[in-house]
Amino acid sequence: MTLTLHEEAVIRFVDVCVSFAGRMQENIVLDQANFTVPKGKTTVIAGGSGQGKSVILKLILGLLRPNSGQVLVGEKNIATMGYAQLQEQRMRFGVLFQGSALFDSLTVFENIALPLRERTSMRNEEIVAKVQTTLKQLELGGHEDKYPAQLSGGMKKRVGLARALQLDPEIVLFDEPTTGLDPVMTREIYELFTQTQQRLGYTAVIVSHDIPQIFSLADQIILLNKGELDVFTNPSQIPLSSKTKIREFARLVLGYEETKG
Amino acid sequence: MSQTNSESMAPLRWVGALGAHTLYVLGDLGRMGVFLFWAVLGVFKRPFRFKELLKQLSFIGGGSMTLIFFTALSSGMVLGLQGYYSLHKFGAEGMLGSAVSLTLIMELGPVLTALMVAGRAGSAMCAEIGIMRISEQIDALECMAIDPFRYFISPKFLAALLSLPLLTAFFDVIGILGGYIAGVHLMGVNSGAYFSGMEQSVTNHDIQLGVIKSFIFGWLVVWICTGRGYLVQKIRGAGFGAESVSKVTTQAVVLSSISVLVFDYLLTAVLL
Ligand SMILES: Nc1ncnc2c1ncn2[C@@H]1O[C@H](COP(=O)(O)OP(=O)(O)O)[C@@H](O)[C@H]1O
Ligand SMILES: [Mg+2]
Repeated sequence: MTLTLHEEAVIRFVDVCVSFAGRMQENIVLDQANFTVPKGKTTVIAGGSGQGKSVILKLILGLLRPNSGQVLVGEKNIATMGYAQLQEQRMRFGVLFQGSALFDSLTVFENIALPLRERTSMRNEEIVAKVQTTLKQLELGGHEDKYPAQLSGGMKKRVGLARALQLDPEIVLFDEPTTGLDPVMTREIYELFTQTQQRLGYTAVIVSHDIPQIFSLADQIILLNKGELDVFTNPSQIPLSSKTKIREFARLVLGYEETKG
Repeated sequence: MSQTNSESMAPLRWVGALGAHTLYVLGDLGRMGVFLFWAVLGVFKRPFRFKELLKQLSFIGGGSMTLIFFTALSSGMVLGLQGYYSLHKFGAEGMLGSAVSLTLIMELGPVLTALMVAGRAGSAMCAEIGIMRISEQIDALECMAIDPFRYFISPKFLAALLSLPLLTAFFDVIGILGGYIAGVHLMGVNSGAYFSGMEQSVTNHDIQLGVIKSFIFGWLVVWICTGRGYLVQKIRGAGFGAESVSKVTTQAVVLSSISVLVFDYLLTAVLL
C-alpha cells in the first residue's frame, strides 16, 4: 500500500475496516477505506442512508474504533489513543451533529456558552460578550433565552453551528446539516457555512445526501456505497470510478450513465 | 437431503443460540462494569460540579421524601396493628415496640426505600441519560472534550448514593412513629413499654445491618438505573428511539428491584 503523503492532510484513513455484528451476518460498513482530508479545504462525504457516513465522522472523533486500520489526525492514530490524549485531540474539532444534539435542559445562550465555560478559563463577562457576538453573526439575536425544544429546525442547526465554532476549531465536521430543512433554509445554512469558513479558515468535512447540490461546495468528494469508497476532486469523474458499486450508485442516484467500454 | 441436514442441525442451533446469549450477557456485564468504573472515577475529577450535586440531591433525596413519608407511615401503622394483633394473643403487647422497630430497621426500611427510589428517581435518571444518549447529547459532550461522567452522570450517582441511607433512616423514624400511632394511640399499648422494648432489643448490630443494606441497595439501584440509560443503544432487543428509552427504563426498574430483593435475602442470610 503506497500512500501519497500530502503535507497538508489533516486527517488520513489507512486501510480502515469497520463492521458490526448483525443478526444473521456481519454488517460490513467500511472495507479497507483509504482517503485523506486536505487542510483548509471542504471535503464532502456522500452516500445513501445507512452507508456509513456518520460512522466515518465517529471514527474521526474517536467515538468509535475501527476493527482494523489507522485513523490519523495530524500524525496521531486516534484508533489506539488513550482517553486523555483523545480529549486533547477533540479540542481541535467542532461538530454539528445530525440532530443538532443541543442540550435540551440548557437555553440557547447556555448551550453556546458551555464549551467556553467548561474548556476555557475565560471570565463570565468575556464569555457573555463572545456568545453575544456569535448570536448576532448567526442571526440568533433575541432567541438566547429559548430552549432547544422551542426552536425551528433551521434555528437548531444554527445554534449547533454556533456552539461548534466557539472554541475556534481547526476542523469542523457537519453531519447532514440540511436534512429535514426546506430549500430556503438549506440555502441559508450553506451560505452560513461558506461565510464562517471564509472568516475562520477551518477544514470542513460535510456529510450529506443532498446530491448533487452539495457538490458545489466541495473541493473533494468521497462517495460511499455498500462498503466501497472512492474519492473524487471533480463530480464529472464519478461515472469513471473503478469501483463497481460506486458506478452503480452514480447511475441510480445521480442519473449518470455508465460509460464503460 | 437439505431437510434432514437442517433437522439434524436443530439441536446445534439451540446450543449456538445459548452460546450467543451467554456471550451477550457477559459482554453486557462487562460494559456495566466499565460504566461503573467511569462513574466512580468521575466523582473524583476536577472541577467538581457542586451545584449539579446539590440539584440532584434535592431531586433524588428531597423530592423522594413525600413518597418515603407515606410509604413509611403506612408500613409502620400496618406493622403496629398486625403486631398488636399477633402479640395480643400471647399477652405480649409489650414487645410491640421491639417487633416494629426491628422489622423496619433490618428489613422494610432499606428494602422499601430502595424500591421507592428505584421507581421514582431511578427511572427518571435512566430516562434522562437514555434520551441524552440517543439524541447524541452525550456524544456532543465528548466531542467538546467535556467528560459526560464528571459533567452530569457522576453527580447523579453520588447524590443517589448519599440520599439512600439518609432516606432509609428517615423511613425508619417515620415507620416507628407510625407503629407508635397504631399501637399506642389506637390499640392502647403502653407508651413507655413501646419505646423501652425498642431500646432493649435493637442492638448496634441490627442497625449496622440496616445501614449496610441501604448502602448496597443504593449502589445497585443507581448503578443499574444510570448504567442502563447510558448503554441504551447497546441493549439487545431494546429497539430504537423513544421506544428504546421506554423499554430500557422499564428494564432498569425491574432489574434493580429484583436485585434489591435478591441481595436482601443474601445479606440477611450472611450478616444476620
Ligand atoms: N453503534 C453501532 N452498532 C451497530 N451498528 C451500527 C452502529 N453505528 C452504525 N451502525 C450501522 O452502520 C451502518 C452505517 O450507519 P451510519 O454511519 O449511521 O449511516 P449513515 O450513512 O446514514 O450516516 C448502518 O447499517 C448502521 O446500522
Ligand atoms: Mg448518519
